[in-house]
Amino acid sequence: MGMFQRFARLPLKSTYIWSLCPQYSTGLTAAGRALIVRSSQQIQHRCVHSRGLGASPGNPGAAPPRLPFSRVTQEDLAFFRTLLPGRTITDPDLLKSNNVDWLKTVEGNSEVLLRPKTTEEVSQILRYCNERNLAVCPQGGNTGLVGGSVPVFDEIILSTALMNQVISFNNISGILTCQAGCVLENLSNYLEERDFIMPLDLGAKGSCHIGGNVSTNAGGLRLLRYGSLRGTVLGLEVVLADGRALNCLATLRKDNTGYDLKQLFIGSEGTLGVVTAVSILCPRKPKAVNVAFLGCSSFQQLLETFQCCRGMLGEILSAFEFLDASCMSLLEKHLKLTNPITESPFYIVIETAGSNATHDEEKLHKFLEEVMTSSLVNDGTVATEATKIKALWSLRERVTEALTHDGYTYKYDISLPVEKIYDLVQDMRGHLGDMAKNVVGYGHVGDGNLHLNITSPSKDPTLLAAIEPYVYNWTSEWKGSISAEHGLGLKKRNYIYYSKPSEAVALMGSIKAMLDPKGILNPYKTLPDNIHE
Amino acid sequence: MSARVLVGVKRVIDYAVKIRVKPDHTGVVTDGVKHSMNPFCEIAVEEAVKLKEKKFVKEVVAVSCGPQQVQETIRTALAMGADRGIHVEVSGKDYETLGPLQVSKILAALAKKEQADLIILGKQAIDDDCNQTGQMTAALLDWPQGTFASEVNIEADMLKVVREVDGGLETIKIKLPAVVTADLRLNTPRYATLPNIMKAKKKKIANVKPADLGVDMSSRLEVLKNIEEADAGGAVQTNTEGLSSLVMEQTLRPVKSGSAPSPIQTRPM
Repeated sequence: MGMFQRFARLPLKSTYIWSLCPQYSTGLTAAGRALIVRSSQQIQHRCVHSRGLGASPGNPGAAPPRLPFSRVTQEDLAFFRTLLPGRTITDPDLLKSNNVDWLKTVEGNSEVLLRPKTTEEVSQILRYCNERNLAVCPQGGNTGLVGGSVPVFDEIILSTALMNQVISFNNISGILTCQAGCVLENLSNYLEERDFIMPLDLGAKGSCHIGGNVSTNAGGLRLLRYGSLRGTVLGLEVVLADGRALNCLATLRKDNTGYDLKQLFIGSEGTLGVVTAVSILCPRKPKAVNVAFLGCSSFQQLLETFQCCRGMLGEILSAFEFLDASCMSLLEKHLKLTNPITESPFYIVIETAGSNATHDEEKLHKFLEEVMTSSLVNDGTVATEATKIKALWSLRERVTEALTHDGYTYKYDISLPVEKIYDLVQDMRGHLGDMAKNVVGYGHVGDGNLHLNITSPSKDPTLLAAIEPYVYNWTSEWKGSISAEHGLGLKKRNYIYYSKPSEAVALMGSIKAMLDPKGILNPYKTLPDNIHE
Repeated sequence: MSARVLVGVKRVIDYAVKIRVKPDHTGVVTDGVKHSMNPFCEIAVEEAVKLKEKKFVKEVVAVSCGPQQVQETIRTALAMGADRGIHVEVSGKDYETLGPLQVSKILAALAKKEQADLIILGKQAIDDDCNQTGQMTAALLDWPQGTFASEVNIEADMLKVVREVDGGLETIKIKLPAVVTADLRLNTPRYATLPNIMKAKKKKIANVKPADLGVDMSSRLEVLKNIEEADAGGAVQTNTEGLSSLVMEQTLRPVKSGSAPSPIQTRPM
């Protein structure tokens, strides 16, 4: 079977021990208990094999056994308290929210939360932790969806919450320099007052930190127009595992002097260094924003609408998102939102952003007339006022929230050739049949990125076994990515081989070993467990 | 019933925009600022269209007073289901001093001209918060009025209106023809869907001048100064401690849901 071939490198001897431990899960519990972590520790004591516990072919997302890092002692606490007076938190009640992820599916056991204010403090923390062999979990807004932002065991949480200062902004070049703990929405507000906007926007904007966005190479709703962080981030300041601060905070649009080190850290999910400051290129705030909400009868028509849209709206197109009829019924059922148009199998959210309201409205109306008369679209509505725009966007942005009310959610963030996107959803529906409560598809169709979500009344191992690795094999067959923008974190680290060849992963391991020889930065994340072999 | 309804729609600065006072304090910045239909006027249009769908009304006529740009607002009303529009051309100095008195005179004249049986307006505009046009129009026409309506039902040739008042809800029965002003909870305005937006392009908007209606546009008010709210510092003199603090809390935003209209609608300007 393909599954076992793929996981040939994982220690298979754990399979049978695994099946004896019923409380093992993939780490996804709606109640948010520490099942994976605590049960793995219990089993560690019970079982003879100390190695090979953790991920198995049936459960690649679960936590591996704890690596032999040091444990925090009173001397360590004294050091931290001297370095960060009042900002070394050990109260378990206060630590609770930092130990659990946003989806409430993974929970760690950290006993120490550190809140540095400056890069120098981060530097001293990491230098100390490196010497003492203490594991560190860097944490921004804790809005990640793959369990990468919370500790697995007792890693020290290094929070950027107090590193929230804007350092500088140049309103000619549009280059913003700020500390890593700035909340994305606050940066957006800051820039909007100065007639600029952030080049990225996502549903978590009220909580996520820019440092976290950079470390996960977040995509979001504006990627179609402004590109990814790999293009818009001009410089980074990063503290390495041994405490050295690497200042590559260039504010230059063009700089071809040597290897571009910042690209290593962008998307490295805190495993190669802790991002402490970012300089990012910001676009001008558009004078005119319009949103159209359209309904299509088939995915083929949706794709043709996309082509028409690209042709007729081209330079003013800033977002092209879709959701299916199942998403709409969840929004209506759980969040009491109303469908503004007639019921259709597919819905599209199109946003235009330009410098001239009259020109943009003319282009948009011509486009809408075209798609209506050619019957590519069967109904739609347009909004130019801010309140209505927000209302239409919430139909796309709140699907994630609606899903949390529908039961236990299995989330998949897949990149595929754009024509194949909905085939996966339909295939999964057929494949799962009655096992699943709802199978929905939505996402950044303009970027070829599908958010496939499957709900069931409660956690269901048989359902999970039917979904995985079927969905990953399907993705791999079409040369897609098993994690388009969410990253690998804890949950998907062992699936990396579905989208990257083993030579590439081996090289990643070498880079990790070079930059973080003791492996203290965000262990158990991003790279597969067998990288240590 | 085959009544004709006149709906007044006002073009105002969009609810979500941050208002800025002009440096010379003569007014607020409107150039390049996003405008849209007054939210209460949207509710009025929605109610008129609903009445048409229930077959109580045979024609809905949308009216707006102002310069060329108000045609967009009339088009929005047409896209929501109004049958035709009337654009009363008011520009320049007359537009700057345009207020409830002039508009109510215009609406009264139009109601007679168009032989309207019912006038539905928003209870107030979110830019001036006057809450006067409906009442003045009814007085000029000597028609009954059902203001702050949260429910409207036609019973034979009478109108049953449930009004939102300070003490709760008041139900009145008034004879047609009448003036009704819409409050927040009357209905939820529909989205204008594409087929209707396309149809609206073909609907007629007639142009009329106030002089044609015999209306005197001169204003009896002179705006002395506009200042930012933060600089106002409580310009209202009252002798009740609690009341003055209530007034100082009022901002340049539409009245939010949940509160009945308060008796004093003033703000530090």
